[in-house]
Amino acid sequence: MTLAVDAVFYLFSIVCVVSALMVVVSRNPVHSVLWMITVFINGAGLFVLLNAEFLAMVLVIVYAGAVAILFTFVVMMLDLDFTGPALRSKQTLLVGLAVGAVLLGDLFVMLSEWSVSPKAEALRASPTPDLSTVSNTVALSRILYTDYIFLFQTAGLILLVAMVGAVLLTFRRQRHQRQDVSVQLARSKSETLKMNRVENGKGIS
Amino acid sequence: MTVSLVHYLTVSGILFTIGVVGIFARRRNLVLILMCIELILFAANLNLVAFSAYLQDLGGQIFTMFVLTVAAAEAAVGLAIVVAFFRARGTIAVENINELKG
Repeated sequence: MTLAVDAVFYLFSIVCVVSALMVVVSRNPVHSVLWMITVFINGAGLFVLLNAEFLAMVLVIVYAGAVAILFTFVVMMLDLDFTGPALRSKQTLLVGLAVGAVLLGDLFVMLSEWSVSPKAEALRASPTPDLSTVSNTVALSRILYTDYIFLFQTAGLILLVAMVGAVLLTFRRQRHQRQDVSVQLARSKSETLKMNRVENGKGIS
Repeated sequence: MTVSLVHYLTVSGILFTIGVVGIFARRRNLVLILMCIELILFAANLNLVAFSAYLQDLGGQIFTMFVLTVAAAEAAVGLAIVVAFFRARGTIAVENINELKG
């Protein structure tokens, strides 16, 4: 990789990490959502550097376009107070930081001592074709709609279940006027209809 | 120093840790915890795509797509639960959600 690509990588990753920190520490949840959009857009940049253009665009559309807007709507719809301290008490914060330090230490220990198995090359599920002849999107679609078609359909099913669940959870029945058949049938003529005998030229006062 | 797989794994590890610490650190807002979960899932996605590019295997990118699907579904259902809870209780502060404690 050239020096320019390295610079772009560092730019994207540093902005990504800083924005992720801002998501956690901002007091206002709306600001957190905006920082999350920054994280995902810079993450999409990292995906582009890894030759995953289609996923980068999906990340921008699905996360920055849909999920972040969903978060913004919910945050603005709920009447939240930002007055109190944004973070937990000092004790819980210390526990959280300790857990984070241990986790980061673990990850770096793993990263410092690892190797790729020589068998990994042979175990690839679907090797990437030559990217100069076929684009990333075409290559992905060729295996997504053939080898992974059942997983693809299952993903659609998951989205359907999530949609039904979300609608069911937030649907408020009493807001709407609903038909009650038994009440309609139990009405008698006497309580709804009154017959008046009107003389000519007088009307009803 | 050229950018290698380890660089991407480092970024993803840092993002993952930030997400986990965020879950511990925030108490005012259940929505923030959902956002931290999204960060964690994104860190996992970055890992998958980095290995996919390193091993020249498109399976990782396919799996990332399914993780994205599940993350979107999880965000929708999670936010619906938050909205339903806010209607019932008037708060989504985590320390006030203690109805079910033993």
